[in-house]
Amino acid sequence: MKALTEIRWHGRGGQGAKTAALLLADVAFSTGKHVQGFPEYGPERMGAPITAYDRISDFPIRIHSNIYEPDFVVVVDDTLLHTVDVTQGLKKEGAILINTVMEIEEVMPLLNGYGGRVFLIDARKVCMATLGAYFPNTPMLAAIVKVSGIMEEEVFMREMEVSLKHKFEKKPEVLEGNMNALRMAFREVR
Amino acid sequence: MAVKERMSGNEAVAYAIRQINPDVMPAFPITPSTEIPQFVSSMIANGEIDTEFIPVESEHSSMSAAIGSSAAGARTLTATSACGLALMWEVLYVAASNRLPIMMEVVNRALSGPININAEHSDSMGARDSGWIQIYAENNQEAYDNTLQAYRIAEHKDVKLPIMICQDGFITSHAVENIMLLEDEPVKKFVGAYEPEHYLLREDETMAVGPYAVSCYCMEAKRAQAQAMRNARQVILDVAKEFEEISGRKYGFFEEYKLEDADFAIVAIGSVCGTIKDAIDRLREQGIRAGLLKVRVFRPFPGEEMAEALKHLKAVAIMDRCEGYNATGGPLGAELTAALYRAQASAKTVNIIYGLSGRDVKVSDIEKLYEDLAELAQGNNLFGEYPYLGLRNRSGDNYGADR
Repeated sequence: MKALTEIRWHGRGGQGAKTAALLLADVAFSTGKHVQGFPEYGPERMGAPITAYDRISDFPIRIHSNIYEPDFVVVVDDTLLHTVDVTQGLKKEGAILINTVMEIEEVMPLLNGYGGRVFLIDARKVCMATLGAYFPNTPMLAAIVKVSGIMEEEVFMREMEVSLKHKFEKKPEVLEGNMNALRMAFREVR
Repeated sequence: MAVKERMSGNEAVAYAIRQINPDVMPAFPITPSTEIPQFVSSMIANGEIDTEFIPVESEHSSMSAAIGSSAAGARTLTATSACGLALMWEVLYVAASNRLPIMMEVVNRALSGPININAEHSDSMGARDSGWIQIYAENNQEAYDNTLQAYRIAEHKDVKLPIMICQDGFITSHAVENIMLLEDEPVKKFVGAYEPEHYLLREDETMAVGPYAVSCYCMEAKRAQAQAMRNARQVILDVAKEFEEISGRKYGFFEEYKLEDADFAIVAIGSVCGTIKDAIDRLREQGIRAGLLKVRVFRPFPGEEMAEALKHLKAVAIMDRCEGYNATGGPLGAELTAALYRAQASAKTVNIIYGLSGRDVKVSDIEKLYEDLAELAQGNNLFGEYPYLGLRNRSGDNYGADR
């Protein structure tokens, strides 16, 4: 892992991409990193394309601009592939992670000739099997941790359990489903 | 013992407010400052603080209620942004002229129009002559630290003026970053109890607040108010020194970053300064002597000190995240240029408008700007006559000129 990792999230309003970006910053912080997690606000409406960002670093972070040359890109909604240039500036030695049911052959023509690694996950399948409802940000969070290698799976799962226990203090019954979703997502990344 | 945490700028100031536990907070929600009264309300509901929260029907009312509360003798605060601050306009002057040490968290945002919710300094810069002290932050840490210092400055017997604690909307208010928090006890000791000298609820003293003054008294009152702003200069430095003792973090009127041996400098306010520091480090590796003067205190305006810190430079870019509509530049540009003239500084200067309505600034934009400052020092002006950084334009010019 290098000193600074930059991640850009593409989602649609209401899917939790911003929440996932902030959760990733949270969990990276708990492993001793310097972090920056922030959304870019456009029109505030459900379904509008939104962008969120993470910087995870061994050193204090001073920069306050958006991320133009990310190491990793996460696409929470594959319909964005038709309208947003999600691979713009993405480093070749980095990777893109896409939530989709499509096969790699169908996805590649939508990536503007991106030459780096491409990872796919069917987050809906994970959600339905573990949560019974579609909250794609939970599996995408686990999947990007796996793809980026910013921390070990066990460390991530341990920190997430602490964080989710706190978050769902009043709804402890959903903890197990969320933990299962994270665990399954680690296996389902292709 | 400091506490290592991560939180957004809004969370950070709410955390400071919890530690201070002020008496009264009237507030009306407006993006991006809404979270502050929201967090404070939760703290009150959870019994963590006993601040009296007053929900009001507008920002004119929140400032009016703050004036009443502060005049009564209560430690008072509010929070706002953009149009909310604009709606307070009339009563901002009432708060300052009645010498009421109200704290206001300003989460800087563009004024309409076009309607936009993102970072810009036009709201607080518009209120720069209303008699309020103004302190700006680069990040969540500084927003927290400035909040902790605010009442010590505002309530000082030589000052007694209201104070705005400003941070950039979304860029710092909604970004989660690392922060070092102080523990509750040293904060409480540092801030201390509020013991006003004159106040409406004092039984043994009758007083009027906000009466009419005829011409033979009014001018003296205004001069006394201006003196209070002058006195704030020393108090701000004294409070910063004391704060350094409990936090280890040093503050002054401004921060100098690699300025001492610099040939070219940028003067700026707020979150962009972190981006500028990254650019400076890259340029220094190439042997370009770039530096930064980051303005923390805008009111009182430390013009003489800034001019002194900039007098050795060959070229200076003064950055405004605010359009002054005076057809020559922004407020920092105008005031600092005047200060440099008075100090007979020899640096060539350019005033650049940037970042309006949240327009992003990249490290590469700043690197290019320093290169162009080097050209300016040689007499080659690439900035044009009214430079706007990152403006979209037909010719692709860096500073928005259609050539």
